[in-house]
Amino acid sequence: MNQPDAPLWEQHIPGGCHWSGILRRGTTLRMTDVNGGANASVLFFNQEEKLERYNMADTLKSQHTFRLTKGHACHSDMGRIFCCITADSVGWHDTVCGLSDAELIRRKYGTARYQEHRNQMFRNGLDGMLIELGKWGLGMRDVVSNINFFSKVTANSAGELTFHSGNSKAGDHVDLSFEMDTLVVLSAAPHPLDPSTTYQPGAVNLTAFATPSSVIAECAHISENQRARQNTECLYACHGGAA
Amino acid sequence: MNANSKNKNFVESRLDPDAAVVDEICPAGEPWVKIVREGQVFRIVDLEGNQAVDTLFYNASHAVERYSATDTVRRQKKLYLTTGSKLYSNYGNVMLTIIADTCGRHDTLGGACAAESNTVRYALEKFPMHSCRDNFLHALAHEPECQQLGIGKRDIPSNINFFMNVPVTEEGGLEFVDGVSAPGKYVEMKAEMDVVVLISNCPQLNNPCNAYNPTPIRLLVWDDPNDMSFS
Repeated sequence: MNQPDAPLWEQHIPGGCHWSGILRRGTTLRMTDVNGGANASVLFFNQEEKLERYNMADTLKSQHTFRLTKGHACHSDMGRIFCCITADSVGWHDTVCGLSDAELIRRKYGTARYQEHRNQMFRNGLDGMLIELGKWGLGMRDVVSNINFFSKVTANSAGELTFHSGNSKAGDHVDLSFEMDTLVVLSAAPHPLDPSTTYQPGAVNLTAFATPSSVIAECAHISENQRARQNTECLYACHGGAA
Repeated sequence: MNANSKNKNFVESRLDPDAAVVDEICPAGEPWVKIVREGQVFRIVDLEGNQAVDTLFYNASHAVERYSATDTVRRQKKLYLTTGSKLYSNYGNVMLTIIADTCGRHDTLGGACAAESNTVRYALEKFPMHSCRDNFLHALAHEPECQQLGIGKRDIPSNINFFMNVPVTEEGGLEFVDGVSAPGKYVEMKAEMDVVVLISNCPQLNNPCNAYNPTPIRLLVWDDPNDMSFS
């Protein structure tokens, strides 16, 4: 397991809230589910060219998987790897169900406005994403299929989906080791299929640290990831080879 | 997938191709664009079988609203599309409803092939091969319906793959396999708003999504048919 000996920075995201920031290649972002049952909706963009972004389909079909876990890479639409999942105590992360929105939150949980509830107000995944995207000149056109870290959704043979409550426990974490300079956009609002009848999104802690050399090969057992890594290296080769 | 679940979804259309206002062939490996108006019915025919049809929909008067795979999947809690499925936009509106389907299931996850993803999936030397994203970008650059929308690569989200079979297992596996479509199978949908249809008739040669042999498709549009009951 990765040991964040010297955190570069830490950030606490209360349940329902949102965040965005840059993760440089060679650094690892640890996301920790503080109390259990958190959902972290995430999108990735190439910090230099934000038209390049996380691609659900390429990520799934390149690795012949429906779930994401340790050993999987998060692919861009340009044949490159944003990050590899180099540690995961959860085992299953969803990438097909998208975001909760204002109407879904209102229908499921009712209304809690800022005027009465201050920062305990109900927030939704889509609006959190749009606020963070807006900080970088992005918007609705950039909301593509996202990853929902900590959330498990399975499909039966007819394709019918089941949300698995309790997939992630207090203290569970997932490590993303970045291979590109990446804009990470995150919302900790409830997963759209979470059947919970009360609004109680879990908090997520973020910790960044230098990627230990021991985990760099974690995704390389998949030959598709080796080729995507070659494509990624080509992008940065002209930077003088600095990793 | 067993035969029973296939039969349950199998619904034939009563519409007569002779009455269609649009009846066109899209050759193998090419893009196709058309505006389909609210109330019109749109049919895609897999003429020779096992042909993946990569398809996107945009609101014809407000292109920021477009087909959304995640909305379509999570609002119906189902991965596959067939008769009765609604195709939702990123604003949560129904863009089209599937009203007939002789294939039985269509994919929402597999996305479109691209030069770049072909290098990852198959070999770095596959980069020059023709791809669905090349078709989409060619259409965006040339088709008047697309130019009017003012859209580009940024506006290409996850697409539908009609006639494509991408089974997901309970354990979380996913594969591209052959075998649900056949010559003459079709899917038919009613537009619930004015939409621009953007299709790439998939040129992929490296996996079984087109049975390693891309083939033409037929596209038909009918004006508000009187008899729309398919019960």
